[in-house]
Amino acid sequence: MTAEHRIRFLLNGQSRETAAASTTLLDFIRETERLTGTKEGCAEGDCGACTVVVTRVVNGEPVLEAVNACITLMGQVDGRAVTTVEGLLGPGRAAHPVQRLLAETDGTQCGFCTPGFVMSLHAFAQSGEAVTVENVHEALAGNLCRCTGYRPIVDTALGLAGPAREDATASPLGGLADSDVNVPGWHAPRTLADLLQLRAERPAAVLVAGATDLGLGPSRDRAPIVDAIDVTRVPELNDITETSTAIEIGAAVTYARALPHLDRLYPTLGTYLRRLGSRQIRNSGTIGGNLGTASPIGDSAPFLLALDAEIELASRAGSRHVAIADFFTGYRKTALKPDDVITTIRLPKLVDGDLFRCDKVSKRYDQDISNVAGTFRLRIEDGRVVEARLAYGGMAATPKRAMAAEACLVGGPFDAAAVDAAVAALPGDLAPIDDMRSTAAYRMAVAGNLLRRFLIAGPAPAGLEAMP
Amino acid sequence: MSAATLSPRHGAVSSSVRHDSALKHTTGEAIYLDDQAGPPGMLHAALVTSPVAHGRLKGIDAAAALAMPGVVAMITAADIPGVNDVAPVGKDEPALATDKVEYLGHPVAIVVAATRDRAVHAAEAVRLNIEELPPVLTIEAALANESVVWPVMEMKRGDWAAAIAGAPQRLTGQVKVGGQEHFYLEGQIALAIPGEDGDMRLVASTQHPTEVQHIVSRLLGLPYNAVTTEVRRLGGGFGGKESQASLVAGLAALAARKTAKPVKLRLDRATDMRVTGKRHDFLARYEVGFDDEGRIRGLDILLASRAGWSADHSPPVMTRALCHIDNAYYLPATRARGFCCKTNTQSNTAFRGFGGPQGAAAIEAVVEHIARHLGRDPLAVRQLNYYGDGGRDVTPYGQRVFDNLLPRVTQEMLASSDWTARRAAIDAFNASSPVVKRGLGFMPLKFGVSFNLPTLNQGGALVHIYADGSIRLNHGGTEMGQGLHTKVAQVVADVFKVDLDRIKITATTTAEVPNTSATAASTGSDLNGMAAFAAANTIKERLIGFAAAHFGAALDQVVFQDNQVRAGNHVLDFGELAHLAWFHRISLSATGFYRTPDISWDPQSMTGEPFYYFSYGAAVAEVAIDTLTGEHKVLRADLLQDCGRSLNPAIDLGQIEGAFVQGMGWVTCEELWWDAQGRLRTDGPSTYKIPGSRDVPPIFNVRILENSPNPRPTIYRSKAIGEPPLLLAIAVWSALRDAVASLGDHRVPVSLDAPATPERVLFACEDMKRRAALR
Ligand SMILES: Cc1cc2nc3c(=O)[nH]c(=O)nc-3n(C[C@H](O)[C@H](O)[C@H](O)COP(=O)(O)OP(=O)(O)OC[C@H]3O[C@@H](n4cnc5c(N)ncnc54)[C@H](O)[C@@H]3O)c2cc1C
Ligand code: FES
Ligand code: FES
Repeated sequence: MTAEHRIRFLLNGQSRETAAASTTLLDFIRETERLTGTKEGCAEGDCGACTVVVTRVVNGEPVLEAVNACITLMGQVDGRAVTTVEGLLGPGRAAHPVQRLLAETDGTQCGFCTPGFVMSLHAFAQSGEAVTVENVHEALAGNLCRCTGYRPIVDTALGLAGPAREDATASPLGGLADSDVNVPGWHAPRTLADLLQLRAERPAAVLVAGATDLGLGPSRDRAPIVDAIDVTRVPELNDITETSTAIEIGAAVTYARALPHLDRLYPTLGTYLRRLGSRQIRNSGTIGGNLGTASPIGDSAPFLLALDAEIELASRAGSRHVAIADFFTGYRKTALKPDDVITTIRLPKLVDGDLFRCDKVSKRYDQDISNVAGTFRLRIEDGRVVEARLAYGGMAATPKRAMAAEACLVGGPFDAAAVDAAVAALPGDLAPIDDMRSTAAYRMAVAGNLLRRFLIAGPAPAGLEAMP
Repeated sequence: MSAATLSPRHGAVSSSVRHDSALKHTTGEAIYLDDQAGPPGMLHAALVTSPVAHGRLKGIDAAAALAMPGVVAMITAADIPGVNDVAPVGKDEPALATDKVEYLGHPVAIVVAATRDRAVHAAEAVRLNIEELPPVLTIEAALANESVVWPVMEMKRGDWAAAIAGAPQRLTGQVKVGGQEHFYLEGQIALAIPGEDGDMRLVASTQHPTEVQHIVSRLLGLPYNAVTTEVRRLGGGFGGKESQASLVAGLAALAARKTAKPVKLRLDRATDMRVTGKRHDFLARYEVGFDDEGRIRGLDILLASRAGWSADHSPPVMTRALCHIDNAYYLPATRARGFCCKTNTQSNTAFRGFGGPQGAAAIEAVVEHIARHLGRDPLAVRQLNYYGDGGRDVTPYGQRVFDNLLPRVTQEMLASSDWTARRAAIDAFNASSPVVKRGLGFMPLKFGVSFNLPTLNQGGALVHIYADGSIRLNHGGTEMGQGLHTKVAQVVADVFKVDLDRIKITATTTAEVPNTSATAASTGSDLNGMAAFAAANTIKERLIGFAAAHFGAALDQVVFQDNQVRAGNHVLDFGELAHLAWFHRISLSATGFYRTPDISWDPQSMTGEPFYYFSYGAAVAEVAIDTLTGEHKVLRADLLQDCGRSLNPAIDLGQIEGAFVQGMGWVTCEELWWDAQGRLRTDGPSTYKIPGSRDVPPIFNVRILENSPNPRPTIYRSKAIGEPPLLLAIAVWSALRDAVASLGDHRVPVSLDAPATPERVLFACEDMKRRAALR
């Protein structure tokens, strides 16, 4: 791994090379290439004005995904094809059908959000998924428009003619290979052994997965990442394996890839995870990265805690498993040692009869950080709770199980009296704070009421619209 | 409402012509300021801002910053050659702090460097020596100290005190409505380009090119004719790029003056949100007297707004709030007072509706308070208080409501929204649903159109016809997505009866049309459309005179039609006529001017006829709330909006829908939050949540009121549309209160401030349950 390999990728079908690995894709597009259709609205991954489509080949098939160019680093696009709003134009600069349709539906006013919407719509049209209202909202949740009120944009999406994939994407990479990038400040090892060795050799380097947390440094804070190790090209970290009792998800598996599996195994988890960030974020972000960030409001922790998940950590010294409950050691502190890498996350499956529910309460339904997140799991035998897991995010300095409340549920039937007792115990378990998202009092009230909702299996927020 | 009504001649008035830039928007070819290649030698600026909310500025240490590579200069107040004041209305609002910093984010200095990143990093390296002073951070604290940025305003009509005292019923109450960040997707940006003789050219994302010109002139000590402002399009404005854009442009100009180089200043999102002002949050305290049916006899209301550290547009915002304290209701005896509270926070400014939404929200809360106190349906109490005949048609500021459409829009809305049946269905639902509750809300709307200050109601335009018959249009309004350029071009196309694409829409510039007003107060097409109409007609009259003489036809035998002109028996293309007229030395260029007639305003007595006409509307919203968490969802909204005779139904529809969703954000999810030190902690989209696509009601019926030409002779009898529909979103707030009220059998007044976040809704539910149990 000594020779320098520059980052090679396609930009609107043309090959490009760069060594500026920690430059943001948005800066590259706008400043270096002077392609100004792609806009900056926030530089923090939250508005979607910078949305572009990145194509990779997975098992020989092209996969087109919308990502936020502002928090995508150039190192990440190695071996990929990037399409911007200009890249959709046909011969003679003819507008692409998505571009034409959005204009004809009066889907633009000031137009500043528009290129980002066009790219999200394009990725949606190419994804082959069913054109339903639900899927449209999910596909557009990462794009904000302040002018139109969205109705015409949603209409445009609903008018996109289903799974109409384009020929042009059949061989999108034009033979471009995923190279072994090795430029100053960016290493992208191809094997676990190389990753662990690099990790050990470069204690100051940061591990980068989807960069949906780390990208804010170079983007919003204009602070470049000086030395990065990209974990996403290591096969072991990209595996998803399933046994009869558990599923193991590689740390670098994106939420987008994990979702179909989690949907199948855990009721409500898919709905919950589709509220984590936006589609753009989920196309890049990983559970490994969520754990690495160790935010007290990270949305993965509650369900991992409720499932008694195990984290596999590896270093050159070998690998070990850590129970998720032992992983978070303090405010943004974890059991990770300096030369550790998270390799996989092991989630036990539910057993028949387990009650399981994930919930998230935030100011806005989509793409908002949780005020309170809770995942609850009960194992019930002969009408009695034998095991209870009540795990919360946003309620303490770390994601946390409410053990005293759990104890109130164990041993008896799962009924209103037990829940009342558990709710009464919560203040002993949890210590939320006041901040811009809500007051501690609200968080505490909601933490308890989510248990009540769990009991009545009552309306989730989505249920508000499902009512007749 | 698609392009179904396209006429044979493309782009006729009242047809749904698409926004002129729509396809350029979707292809990415529309050029915004930051997309332009900068002029050679361009430098970048970044702001040094106060890290504390209030303090004495003792010193600025830029040594480390200036030593950084690529850093060219630092500019402080001492470098300002002219007057250090960017106040749009009052005075003494320094562009750069001198001896005091008055909010966290207050610009203190500008750092200029070769690249934007270097400027940003250098600005971070500037050390400020500040002696901290205790800040005033809330309206309540400012009210307690009588700390205001403007003398208290008072609007009075009748003997309010006696009316309240003599009323059969009386209530007092308080309600708060939150502020709102504009969240234009394109942040504030300006480019200043120095020229010869000390001239300065500004390219800016501004709604008010003329004010940019004036403020830059003031800062640089130049006559107005030495400064030019140009703007092709804004990536959103909503009022946030009125005075605030002048600050940004002014700072860029100072940097350009000092360095003698072009300088671009683009604020990143967090800086933009921390530095610039927003919609004012308001506190209303009231005492109201009414009869047993709920008819208001007298109202005494105090409105207090968070002005922030300086006056900016706070006084006129308060004036408009007071002028909308009636909304749809006849208030026989009123005292309404307005306090523009001085706080150590951002200086709040214009935002779509300009105080109107806050005033109307307050009276809606009062009316609902009365209704629930009496155990009556709020809709019935609303209708009982509507403006009507028999003397019930005079506003608290003395203007007669001469064109009342309230009964009509209400009837149409109740019918089209199926109000009665849904009311019953919702009550039945609530009776059987313990956790999820539904609510139905109504909002009637009357919105006064014109700038309150008569002077501002003027517009200008400049039309050229070239010798090939192509037309170039320039006018004083700015294009920020609202489709103004398209509408004004439709007007000109209609005058000459030519296709719309014959008309070139051009960047707004103070060099072509001088002394303009802001594109604001919904007046864009009223003023500029009329001015362009006048300019085009001046040329048209010349052409008619010429054609009549040239072809020996009577004046009334010269007819423009379908891109052609007929003069007696001669028919020629419009282009041929233009060429012929040029050949015969006819002037093909004209200016046009318009001023709104018949308006008046006396700011002392707060009386007059400030509005040329009113715009009406009505909305019904249905919500569901979860009483366990306060989460809620708008299930359906029906809107009916008066547009007069719409100039462009597609564009107007877009304005209505967009304004409503923006208003929904204001009353539900958009919350500004300052910490105890006065730092705005909701300073980006991750913490400040505007509505997303899912938040739009899944059933969203939006209609333009049919057959209602403006009784005033406005441009083609249309009505303004930019702001009024934002107020319709108050229906959502009303529906949320209705849902909460269902927990108390609709007999206990609801206390639910805006924004009605899940937290506020949950606590309102718990409060309601407690109070209902006490009864
Ligand atoms: C707009 C937006 C919305 C968001 N919304 C949410 C939300 O709703 N809920 C939520 O929980 N989060 C949210 N996030 C945060 C972020 O998306 C998640 O935390 C995500 O899981 C991070 O994954 P990543 O792969 O992008 O991590 P990266 O940014 O690549 O890395 C994050 C951290 O993890 C470390 N790391 C990464 N991989 C490993 C590994 N294999 N071993 C050890 N350490 C590792 C990195 O060194 C870094 O410290 C949001 C972010 C954005 C920008
Ligand atoms: S600029 Fe807002 S998401 Fe990238
Ligand atoms: S059109 Fe202006 S933000 Fe979407």
